[in-house]
Amino acid sequence: MAVPNFETTIGLEVHVELKTNSKAMSPSPVQYGAEPNANTNVIDWGYPGVLPQANKGALEYGMMAALALNAEVTRDLHWDRKNYFYPDNPKAYQITQQQEPIGRNGWLEIEFEGEKKRVGITELHVEEDAGKNTHGTDGYSYVDLNRQGTPLIEIVGAPDISSPDEAYAYLEALRQAIQFTGISDVKMQEGSMRVDANISIRPVGSKEYGTKVELKNLNSFNYVRKALAFEEDRHAKIYMAGGTIKQQTRRFDEATGETILMREKETADDYRYFPEPDLTPVHVTDEWIAEVRAKLPESATERKARYVDELGLEVYDSEVLTQTLAMANFFDATVAEGADPKRSANYLMGDVNAYLNEKQVDLEETALTPAHLAGMIKLIDDGTISTKMAKKVFAAITQGEDPVEYVEANGLKQLSDPAVLTPIIDGILDDNEQSIIDFHNGKDRAVGFLVGKIMKETKGNANPNVVNELLMAGLQARKPE
Amino acid sequence: MANEQITREEVEHVANLAKLTLTDAEADMFTDHLEKIFEVVTTLSEVDTEGVAPTYSVTEMRTVLREDVAVNAHQSAELLANAPEHTDTLIKVPAILDEGAEG
Repeated sequence: MAVPNFETTIGLEVHVELKTNSKAMSPSPVQYGAEPNANTNVIDWGYPGVLPQANKGALEYGMMAALALNAEVTRDLHWDRKNYFYPDNPKAYQITQQQEPIGRNGWLEIEFEGEKKRVGITELHVEEDAGKNTHGTDGYSYVDLNRQGTPLIEIVGAPDISSPDEAYAYLEALRQAIQFTGISDVKMQEGSMRVDANISIRPVGSKEYGTKVELKNLNSFNYVRKALAFEEDRHAKIYMAGGTIKQQTRRFDEATGETILMREKETADDYRYFPEPDLTPVHVTDEWIAEVRAKLPESATERKARYVDELGLEVYDSEVLTQTLAMANFFDATVAEGADPKRSANYLMGDVNAYLNEKQVDLEETALTPAHLAGMIKLIDDGTISTKMAKKVFAAITQGEDPVEYVEANGLKQLSDPAVLTPIIDGILDDNEQSIIDFHNGKDRAVGFLVGKIMKETKGNANPNVVNELLMAGLQARKPE
Repeated sequence: MANEQITREEVEHVANLAKLTLTDAEADMFTDHLEKIFEVVTTLSEVDTEGVAPTYSVTEMRTVLREDVAVNAHQSAELLANAPEHTDTLIKVPAILDEGAEG
């Protein structure tokens, strides 16, 4: 909810962990969920005399992100040291790109309340992540350096966002854009996407921005939205009471839905940045950019256009299917297996999504495969099974069963053979002469009644289309004189 | 630049950033030392660098990068053994009270 008489300014800073094989500055593996400190070496621990080794892959992923976000790729860059002491980073500095970020002046298109809007991307930096601390109750903290040195891109958004809901829309669009490049899992719950937010409000028409507050510990898009809405309100109340907003860092408390003061910023942070002497400057050539651009997978926008233009899907369907890369890939694979695109889309958006919601799982965690879904759709299309029978088959394929084998084993075949159906239909017509008269007197209900009888007789296995055709023929043939 | 002096406040600030506790005598001493170092370095400002691109690396090497291939050093046991305190897999440090400067 917008606050009356005030306008809100929000800028988001998003960190995305890159899915490289190795770390940004050391060859240690990048791998989520390994035993603590198993993926570390002397470089990650900041041993005396070690030298960093910049990862070409991390830089290329940074370039991919820059290209996907319509940013200019910096041609001559060098690394910088950001100095700070904290146990999660034993070498006491982070290698980053403070002066020459890999990308600048990008933008991301978001759709909000039916309107398209471009949100600026000020800068993209490739940098190192820090390790992880766990705070014990025994007077100790415990440090795991597996994450130390994992490459990150920091995506600094311009303060172009004017409401908490718009911030949410931006984050969804950003996650989608990054996910489709394949450079990151962008999962908030696993920490491969992290969001910090800056917010200020000012009276409508005021030229100067209000004092901004930084928000941290925002562990889901929803919390980002809630924390921003809480702040918007808090600022307005303070301003209305004649108070002033202090420059603070606050964190979101999930239990209360409120933000809590972490620290007040009286002076700017002093990280004493300086150019990293242990790494060479990097020159990015036209050829290199072209090479990276060629590796960039089809974006969500490109896929949507292809689904509509080439596969004949509705725009809405194309949007649902491209909400996640896993869904879009699954759809493409199902169609590649020979399934009808429209029916594949309907199944993915309907039964599959319902199944994922019910089980609270991601598509890639299920036993469902594109081949099995396509197999089931083909059985529907060739009349072997009805869409009603498909419900049972669908339940089976979510458990990894082969649809053709399942249909065979469970006798789920639809009765489509006129030679079998005609005698059944004739028998029912013989027994229901009144229905025939009703039909010819224009009472359509008679058809439904007869179909019900036929379905009962065939235990629901009759192909409704064939039944309909044969029944109509039978009824016409028995027109009373 | 040439007129700038290192003040005692700056020395205390830098010591604080570096998590060093200085006695009064040490603070005085470092102020003096740093001022002398600063004076020497200040000589550089006599050179006219108008239009000269900053030097970020003294070598001529450019774009030295490592291919993205993971190598596990399998060193965690040795590395942990060198930590002042540790558990089977984690480094133990005195409880961290303040917030880090992550990212």
